[in-house]
Amino acid sequence: MIEFHHVHKTYPVNGREISALQSTDLRIERGEVFGLIGHSGAGKSTLLRLINRLEEPSGGRILIDGEEVTALDAAGLRRFRQRVGMIFQHFNLLSSKTVAENITLPLQLAGSYSRGQIDTRVAQLLERVGLGQHAKKYPAQLSGGQKQRVGIARALATEPKILLCDEATSALDPQTTASVLQLLAEINRELNLTIVLITHEMDVIRRVCDRVAVLDDGAIVEQGAVTQVFLHPRHPTTRRFVQEAEHVDEDGLRDDFGHVPGRILRLTFQGEATYAPLLGTVARETGVDYSILAGRIDRIKDNPYGQLTLALTGGDLDAALARFQAADVHLEILR
Amino acid sequence: MDALLTRWLPNVDWTEIGYASLDTLNMLGGSLLFTVLLGLPLGVLLFLCGPRQLFEQKALYALLSLLVNVLRSVPFVILLILMIPLTVLITGTSLGVAGAIPPLVVGATPFFARLVETALREVDRGIIEATQAMGASTLQIIFRALLPEALPGIWAAVTVTAITLVSYTAMSGLIGGGGLGDLAVRYGYQRYQPDVMAVTVILLLILVQILQSTGDRLVVYFSRK
Repeated sequence: MIEFHHVHKTYPVNGREISALQSTDLRIERGEVFGLIGHSGAGKSTLLRLINRLEEPSGGRILIDGEEVTALDAAGLRRFRQRVGMIFQHFNLLSSKTVAENITLPLQLAGSYSRGQIDTRVAQLLERVGLGQHAKKYPAQLSGGQKQRVGIARALATEPKILLCDEATSALDPQTTASVLQLLAEINRELNLTIVLITHEMDVIRRVCDRVAVLDDGAIVEQGAVTQVFLHPRHPTTRRFVQEAEHVDEDGLRDDFGHVPGRILRLTFQGEATYAPLLGTVARETGVDYSILAGRIDRIKDNPYGQLTLALTGGDLDAALARFQAADVHLEILR
Repeated sequence: MDALLTRWLPNVDWTEIGYASLDTLNMLGGSLLFTVLLGLPLGVLLFLCGPRQLFEQKALYALLSLLVNVLRSVPFVILLILMIPLTVLITGTSLGVAGAIPPLVVGATPFFARLVETALREVDRGIIEATQAMGASTLQIIFRALLPEALPGIWAAVTVTAITLVSYTAMSGLIGGGGLGDLAVRYGYQRYQPDVMAVTVILLLILVQILQSTGDRLVVYFSRK
């Protein structure tokens, strides 16, 4: 478990203190995938680096499993970092070392592994990330996705309990992004690994995260379960991220449908309800006609969801609304 | 063959050329060894203390930087003469190969250190950050990440320094250092024997060619990009 208590960070710029992260309280549970989303300069990179103190906080306390990281001395901090893996946007592999040697490095640095243990562990990790054939290659001979897999294997070498991901898929194409995210989701389940990732893409959050915090101008403006934040965004910044991910302009909807007759409402389905034939049933029973104005059906991590914007005309409108309210869906009346 | 050589190169004494070549190689080898031994740590120190680096030390960096700049701005001919008392103190003589090596080392070390500093700065900062995140100490970062990553650049620096040292050895003739350059000056210039000059220059050219192509090969061998 990672806890931030009143943690803040300022930088001196030309003699003036510029705030990168305002006083922040945060709690990340063991075994969850926690996403931090924000535009560049929002402070997400600073927040991530505060966890393993690549950035020193200007104030506040950071606790990990009850241990106060902010109080560690230099030697303690090094031992602590050996138990926290980290992967990077540009992979940061050593170009002078082979794939196997790159994965060996953190084990050698830790100094508590024998030659035999290292060889077994490296072979195991290579197999796990699907690079068994590439042990003797140099990073320059690999594709971007393969490099990030080496990065992941390297980060997992010392069996950390926490993995920090710094824009880990931002330099990858969509297909490779999907496979790397899938690998992260798998290791999260297999190893009960806590993953903290930062990104500027809502799609990354939707695919792998359990919970999310939205950062804007050095402060967390919204946080919660991904299903909640993604389907019912409240803060303007969050709404913009969701709209970018869904390619719909939520705010514009209301104006565009000015000429559409009837009541306009939005239904949000989650889980098994997504697959229930609710619309047809309600229309038949209450005699209303519906037209679908906008909609999305997809998955949030392993959870299917659907969100439909409907216009209802004719029939028994009140009965229809009551039926929707009684069903396992979230109902918003937009007009 | 002998007759031909005597006709075209009447003044060339091949035994003397042989000894002079050996002197040049000894001066080069000895001075390059000590230049690398002293310049590599100095270059690493310059890098680490530099602005926004791992071990930022403004005062120490300013001091080292000044020392390096002062030594680099003294013309080598002057340095040769200024160094004589110190050379005698270190080697017991200011003449011959032994007398030439200390000024060569003092002349080349600051140059080499700057090249090493530049090579280290070329290493991606992300690699330093990744190594820090693994819990590496500063020494581990230097030996396990920085130096291996900068190796091609360091070999290039060694090559450039070796070639600079070849031209420095030619000047050391001025204080009785010996070697091919000395031969060129004494016979070729002072006694006007152009054939001796030509032979020494060709030998120096061959030496520089060998150094450069060996250096290039090492750089390529250690580059994995």
